Amino acid sequence: MTVLSLAGARASYGGERALGPIDLSVAAGERVALVGRSGAGKSTLLKLLHDPARRDIAIMPQELGLVDSLSVFHNVYMGRLNRHTVWYNLANLVRPMKTEQAAVRAVLEPLGMAERIRSRAGELSGGQRQRVAVGRCLYQDADILLADEPVSALDGPRANGVMQALTAAYGTAVLALHDIELALRYSDRVVGLNDGHIVLDEPSDRLTEGDLAPLYAEPMEPGRATG
Amino acid sequence: MIRAPAVRTSLGFVAVALFFLPFADLEISAVEPWTELGRLLLGLLTPDPTVLDSVAMALVRTVAFAFVGVALGAAGGFVLALGFRHWPVRTGCAFVRAIHELFWALIFLQCFGLHPLTGVLAIAIPYAGVFAKVYSEILDEADPQPERTLPAGTGVLARFLFARVPDAWPHIASYTAYRLECGLRSSAVLGFVGMPTLGFHLESAFSQGLYSEVGMLLLTFYVLVATLRLWARPRLLPFYLLAAPFLLGSGLPIVWGNVSRFFTQDIVPAPLQDGEGWAAFAMWLGDILASEALPGVIATVILTQIALVVTGALALAAFPLVSRHFTGRISRTVGHGILVVARTTPEYLLAYILLQLWGPSMLPAVIALAIHNAGIIGHLIGRRSNEIQLRSDAPAGVERYGYEILPRVYGPFLALLFYRWEIIMRETAILGILGITTLGFYVDSAMEAIRFDVAFILILVTAVLNIGVDALARWLRRRLQLRTTPGAQS
Repeated sequence: MTVLSLAGARASYGGERALGPIDLSVAAGERVALVGRSGAGKSTLLKLLHDPARRDIAIMPQELGLVDSLSVFHNVYMGRLNRHTVWYNLANLVRPMKTEQAAVRAVLEPLGMAERIRSRAGELSGGQRQRVAVGRCLYQDADILLADEPVSALDGPRANGVMQALTAAYGTAVLALHDIELALRYSDRVVGLNDGHIVLDEPSDRLTEGDLAPLYAEPMEPGRATG
Repeated sequence: MIRAPAVRTSLGFVAVALFFLPFADLEISAVEPWTELGRLLLGLLTPDPTVLDSVAMALVRTVAFAFVGVALGAAGGFVLALGFRHWPVRTGCAFVRAIHELFWALIFLQCFGLHPLTGVLAIAIPYAGVFAKVYSEILDEADPQPERTLPAGTGVLARFLFARVPDAWPHIASYTAYRLECGLRSSAVLGFVGMPTLGFHLESAFSQGLYSEVGMLLLTFYVLVATLRLWARPRLLPFYLLAAPFLLGSGLPIVWGNVSRFFTQDIVPAPLQDGEGWAAFAMWLGDILASEALPGVIATVILTQIALVVTGALALAAFPLVSRHFTGRISRTVGHGILVVARTTPEYLLAYILLQLWGPSMLPAVIALAIHNAGIIGHLIGRRSNEIQLRSDAPAGVERYGYEILPRVYGPFLALLFYRWEIIMRETAILGILGITTLGFYVDSAMEAIRFDVAFILILVTAVLNIGVDALARWLRRRLQLRTTPGAQS
């Protein structure tokens, strides 16, 4: 069953074509890794896939979307704002309830962030902030995850741990990853982008790192100087 | 350098001020101006501690009016900020903030009399207009990203409170704290029109020549404002807010008949009240505009432009006092003290004092406006200059001022000066109440003659003039590409 699909989708910034036309469909239970050089259109493609009106999608943009002046608890709790009444949310904004704190702590535990639950998001390092945003996506517990470089600021073992947590929670996902090794390990399907077009779309188990390397080669376009 | 747009614009302003100078009445008419000034300074040096009781009461009232007025203004302004993208809200806010607190007080005095409500609303209404504008700018600048990541189906209020407000909150809080300081000054000045605050006691002490009491009042007011951050702690605010309404004093009861009469009769133009028709109204209006509004506007503009240039010059001379590039630790502390006193003293109060000493003319007004506003701009520019890192072999003294510092702070300086332009004009108009023939003089005279309809028209003219200057200043800032950040900076 197709849960996400684009047909002839395009995007442009300031009149300059950035992406497309692109056709892409993602089935339920399918984990897609978007790979390609920076500027290839991965983030743009994720934005096109996101329909803000759909309740079954959780997103993690590259900028993370954290509220710096709120605590880690609040930032994670925000993943479920749509499940409670406004009064309940307000009460938790003023003073987090015990049950909610326990639930959020359970999500933060495997990410190694439980002891920072009271810290303000703005005080955290880049890697910690990234894990808080991951926590929000996990807590949201939607059906589909759209994540843009979810572990770019984390080191090897930590990155693997977080990717395991994310893929355990989300069977259906589209993940933009510049790390080829992670992309192959945590996806069923790899979609390669170059200059706004899909240039590769294969099941992960048929690919090796060597197959993806050309995607990261220096751009060689006619008519444009390289250097 | 002369051809740089910022310098050309500045020289244009200086030229306009010089052109206006012959038309301004700048003489000292008092017989012994310097003896009086000497007595006042002596009074400041020998404050009278025996009047502390009445002084303390005046200060409590001043603080109470400031808290209630600013709190209501902030609450109202926050609600209005949510609807600020609709033009009726925007226009309404521009209009209410173009009218000075004292004009609002004069209006409400006619409705509610000497009831605390008059003073509270006189602060709350114009402040709500200012808060609405600044809050909406702050909220607009909040990071939009968190809102996009919220799960679909999140309610409007939860969306706003979780994703918008927290990011904006520190800026909202610091701006509100800054306005509380302004509120203290406004509240003190409201005493001059009869509210039981500092100005009231100051005026009566002055009229009796009790300079030591004046000294005591002024010194305690400076201490109060200078220590604001120490006693107005966030944790204590709920307590202050709960107590303040009970400390406003009882005043005189409201006569509700007056309230309805004010709106249905008093401010309705006389020819329309008497049923003389629109032609008579046009005549009446033309007459007011020609014989009162026009001379009032001319005097207001002349005084504003001169005061603006003097303010600028004084600020440029004063900021080195608090700049680490020109002063040592000790002299800088003294400099800070001077600028704190300059900006803590409300223009109106300063003008009142100088008028008492020197007699009525535009000179006390120019000096008062320049001292207060240069105190503010000098402080902010000095702070800005402290962020500049000079190379170790940078020149010292005048060369350092002219080559290293001034060129770097001139843009922000002009931006701040243009920002104060509208404030100086609003204040200039109000100084008319003290007898200088700006718009406030004509408003006050009309009020005294119980011609509220005329006063109302003149206040409208003042508001339009202020809105016009504000628009002009914004246009200039854009044209010269001067960036100003809202918030506590301003």
